[in-house]
Amino acid sequence: MTELLLDAQQIRVEFGGLVAVNDVDFTIPVGSIVALIGPNGAGKTTFFNVLTGLYKPTAGTVMFDSKAVSGRAPHEIAGMGLARTFQNIRLFGTMTAAENVMVAMHPHLKGGLWQTIFGTPGQRREEHEAVDTAHDLIDFCGVRGDPDDFAKNLSYGDQRRLEVARALALKPKLLLLDEPTAGMNPQESDDFIAFVRKVRDEKQLTVLLIEHDMKVVMGVSERITVLEYGSKIAEGTGEQIRTDERVIEAYLGKAATEGASL
Amino acid sequence: MTAVTANGTKAAPGGWRRNYTSYAQPLVFAIVGLLIPTLVTNISTLEDRWMPLTTMVLCAIFVLFTLGLNIVVGYAGLLDLGYVAFFLFGAYTAAWLMSDFFFQIDPGIHLFDGTVTDKTPGINISFWLVLPIAALVAALAGIIIGAPTLRLKSDYLALVTLGFGEILPQVFRNGESVKGFNLSNGTKGISPINSLDMGWLSWTGVVASKVNVFDYTTRYYIIYALCVMFVLVSLRLRDGKLGRAWLAIREDELAASLMGVPLMRTKLWAYGVGAAAGGIGGAFYAVSLGGVNVDTFNFQFSVNVLCMVILGGMANVYGCILGAVILTWVNYTGMTEVGNAINNTFGTSIEMPHYQFMLFGSVLVLMMLFRRDGILPAARSKHSRELDEAIEARATGDETAEATA
Repeated sequence: MTELLLDAQQIRVEFGGLVAVNDVDFTIPVGSIVALIGPNGAGKTTFFNVLTGLYKPTAGTVMFDSKAVSGRAPHEIAGMGLARTFQNIRLFGTMTAAENVMVAMHPHLKGGLWQTIFGTPGQRREEHEAVDTAHDLIDFCGVRGDPDDFAKNLSYGDQRRLEVARALALKPKLLLLDEPTAGMNPQESDDFIAFVRKVRDEKQLTVLLIEHDMKVVMGVSERITVLEYGSKIAEGTGEQIRTDERVIEAYLGKAATEGASL
Repeated sequence: MTAVTANGTKAAPGGWRRNYTSYAQPLVFAIVGLLIPTLVTNISTLEDRWMPLTTMVLCAIFVLFTLGLNIVVGYAGLLDLGYVAFFLFGAYTAAWLMSDFFFQIDPGIHLFDGTVTDKTPGINISFWLVLPIAALVAALAGIIIGAPTLRLKSDYLALVTLGFGEILPQVFRNGESVKGFNLSNGTKGISPINSLDMGWLSWTGVVASKVNVFDYTTRYYIIYALCVMFVLVSLRLRDGKLGRAWLAIREDELAASLMGVPLMRTKLWAYGVGAAAGGIGGAFYAVSLGGVNVDTFNFQFSVNVLCMVILGGMANVYGCILGAVILTWVNYTGMTEVGNAINNTFGTSIEMPHYQFMLFGSVLVLMMLFRRDGILPAARSKHSRELDEAIEARATGDETAEATA
């Protein structure tokens, strides 16, 4: 059996009476690209929020890199190497693109209050290198705009790419992408598939994405997990998912499977 | 310098803004401030009427307060309506450690203090040691107040800090007998406080070893040096890791925490550094006046300092300085002198200072209507608001906005 980077067992999230995630088991092997799909409201983002520490699961355990995640604050989990992007872009609008990326270097920069006030040589060197790294990451992710322009001024596509650059600045082991191709045209989506592969190979990390665009999902993921109403209804390769009756039902309705006219 | 990056792929072009603090502006600020007393004392109408050194010392004290609050409100975006608490802690720390108030301690504790005789009871520590102690006490107070409250979001935090700002002066007002122990001497205040000890500089022959009650020039230079120091601290922090984290929290707390920024610790640093400036300012204020009076520490103070930050330009160090100087000057000298000038010219008898709050309020309203980002806005905030307005206008179909944006 391959080594697991993330191992979530029996995750359950309840909001009052509503069960948003219903006893889901979910694992991610090291170095893979996996996708989490499901109709709107299936609990995908909720599940993401459990992994990143925003929500405390009602029950269940999450092991990341053989360490327990539950009970840790989001910034600690981020520091452990779990980085994410957001469904609705959440960049720091009035900071420059480079500064946005540098914020995510926080856990790796050592210069504390006094080093900063006195501008020690070590702190200056570190800042210098941080600027360079930020520019490199911005380049790597293909942001076309000016790295010193405010994030707010960048084009939509650039903002999406900048979010990935910012997440990469955390030096993550696992990169979570929440609907990364939302609002992209087919050409851009194709480019994105290639980009995700490049990130995985060059940065040697593992990728989990939530996605609605089936072409992207089928094109990039090595394994797909399908959620519906908070429960896992299917898991497997693209081919297996494509032909799974319950998945077709969930997406297209019961009539589709009954009519067998697909 | 062109830096080749770790993987050697690319050197940084010169156009990229390096995150380095520029020293040109602080230097200009320092030189201008140093020249002012010489200038003023040579022009008698300035010194006697328009710019007395007493007012200028107060201006500088408020510059320090404003810079401190700017870190909390401007940089980190935490609305603090109880800044007076740190002012109070600084002032009382100086009063406790630089007087015979604790006369029970006899023979007194003396540390590098050349201003009183060795027989004086109480704690007598040199002002220069009291400064860092006051900064520390205020910073600790900030952290203690902040720890339970900084989890709250904007409006709630503002209310809780307001509460603290009201409670603390009340504690000191009633602190005449805490289980029989006189902590603060209540409404009578603590006075006199030992004077500024300049003994360590007396060899230069420029200053007296003990700063005279009327020696506002020396006082001015001391507080001004502290201001310059804090300008540098503010700029350095803004451009470093901590400053970026503050900005990120101000922009989007949730995203910041998911990018590895520890929210509580980062906010506490902002509170601590801001409070330290308040503590230093408070200690200087107490020593400069030679005593503390609990009535000084009121809500009005917190509001005034906040107004200075907003009026001058939130998150912009130089804007804050300008805001502090203008408002302090108007409060202590401007209104009276402008009134006198009007009365002398037109033969009227208007009591200008009576209209202070009316004018103050009107200016604030006008500023918020026409120049929301302050006199000297921070590049970020001005830009951001203009962009927001343009986007909003465009969304509502306003085509003129596109032309002007």
